[in-house]
Amino acid sequence: MSAMKKSSDPFWWTLFGAGGAMTAMLVPMLLFLIGVATPLGWIEGPSYASVSQVMLHPLTKIAAFFLISLSLFHWAHRFRFTLYDGLQLKHLFQLIAVICYGAAVAGSLVAASVIW
Amino acid sequence: MDSSSEYSLHHPKWHRDRTPIFWWVKRWVYICFIGREMTSVAVAYCAVLLTMVYRALQSGPEAYAALMSLMSHPAIIVLHVFALLAVLYHSITWFNLSPKAMVFRFGRWRVPDLMISGGNYAAWLLISGGIAWAYATG
Amino acid sequence: MPTNITLEVLRYMPEDGGAPVFQEYEVPLRADWVVLDALNHVKDHIDGTLSYRWSCRMGVCGSCGMMVNGEPILTCAAFLESFAPGPIRVEPLAHFPVIRDLVVESSDFMTKLKDVKPWVIRKEGEKPLSEGEYRQTPEELADFKQYSMCINCMLCYSACPVYGLEPGFTGPAALALAQRYNLDNRDQGNEERMDLLSNDEGIWSCTMVGECSEVCPKDVDPAGAIQRYKLAGAADWWKSLITRKSK
Repeated sequence: MSAMKKSSDPFWWTLFGAGGAMTAMLVPMLLFLIGVATPLGWIEGPSYASVSQVMLHPLTKIAAFFLISLSLFHWAHRFRFTLYDGLQLKHLFQLIAVICYGAAVAGSLVAASVIW
Repeated sequence: MDSSSEYSLHHPKWHRDRTPIFWWVKRWVYICFIGREMTSVAVAYCAVLLTMVYRALQSGPEAYAALMSLMSHPAIIVLHVFALLAVLYHSITWFNLSPKAMVFRFGRWRVPDLMISGGNYAAWLLISGGIAWAYATG
Repeated sequence: MPTNITLEVLRYMPEDGGAPVFQEYEVPLRADWVVLDALNHVKDHIDGTLSYRWSCRMGVCGSCGMMVNGEPILTCAAFLESFAPGPIRVEPLAHFPVIRDLVVESSDFMTKLKDVKPWVIRKEGEKPLSEGEYRQTPEELADFKQYSMCINCMLCYSACPVYGLEPGFTGPAALALAQRYNLDNRDQGNEERMDLLSNDEGIWSCTMVGECSEVCPKDVDPAGAIQRYKLAGAADWWKSLITRKSK
């Protein structure tokens, strides 16, 4: 059985699933604290020193990279199919896939260069 | 021959309706579906935001303070409220769908859907609580 | 309580040429009548030219599926009173070519059912008769029983937007049927079916809209079947990656 005929979708779907699960668990509270509660003054944001201590820790960096990268791949897979089904861009199927996953790869590389 | 219908080569008299571009506005469940899929944009935005936080952290206290004050801008806060609603919708729909993928059976008894999604929600609460506690205690 | 209710039925008569049009029929609003009863009343007393499929009138044959007020439903299970005061819009099942009136062409569906190899596949051949029957415990039956309840009514295909957009998509019922055999302990055809279905027109076209399971009159849950199939398909893909690398 030719392996070439097999879709590469299982790979992208795995990343989509992992990204979906990780973001579902972590993102709401993080966004609430950083993006809403602290700016509105509901909670005192930690100092630069404390944030650096936690966020720049090697383990946190790895976790954060995975969170960023998987979020982007989660978006790429979902958005690709939404464009394809929602706007019926059948003829652009390959192009859309390249743009979406390409953006996710690029974003992951940028994140890696920023974090380390 | 009516030009609004499309006919097949071998059966010229069958009537086929082409799916319209806006098929998804015709039913509420489809609108919710597209909404659910579009939450991925908010998720991607959060990834970008986190990257920006890291860039500010690596640049120093001034850059970090600048980012924090940028995020206090009313328009940005409004943006983040909408983003928060979107990622919440993502989480809720994700956990509600978890029983479809996670099927566990012991003999003839299958773990009920509510226990699977309930377990996911419980984990979410624990993790969120942990994050909030870590954030509040600095 | 009104005594009548109006049906707006989509008529399509190819011999007359022209496009489909809605025709109105007024039928008695009886408490125990379903939409199918109303259609039978129309055919018997009002307009004998109306064409539609039906058989058991009790939700087991899968023949009478139609779009009622935009939702795919078995017309033998849709009580007129739940649509009162009406009018009730009756159209042929969506996403299928229409042969005439409410009769759709279903050979694409039939082909796909066959394509998933819906039979017990034995890799090592059949057991000789002397070895006795293939044994299956109630627990093993419970693994796949839900997916065996499909009555082939095609409501899920009408509800699935992906099928409407990509006619090549294998579709919910066919994939649930594949799972019915994949999860059967007597079957050894997982690999064979995975090769067939782990592609862009098989399980990977599905975007988990979930409507197929919502409209299913038999609680088959094809969405769940496909989701589990994706997990298995993904695991299979990663495994083959590793085993290929180690060769």
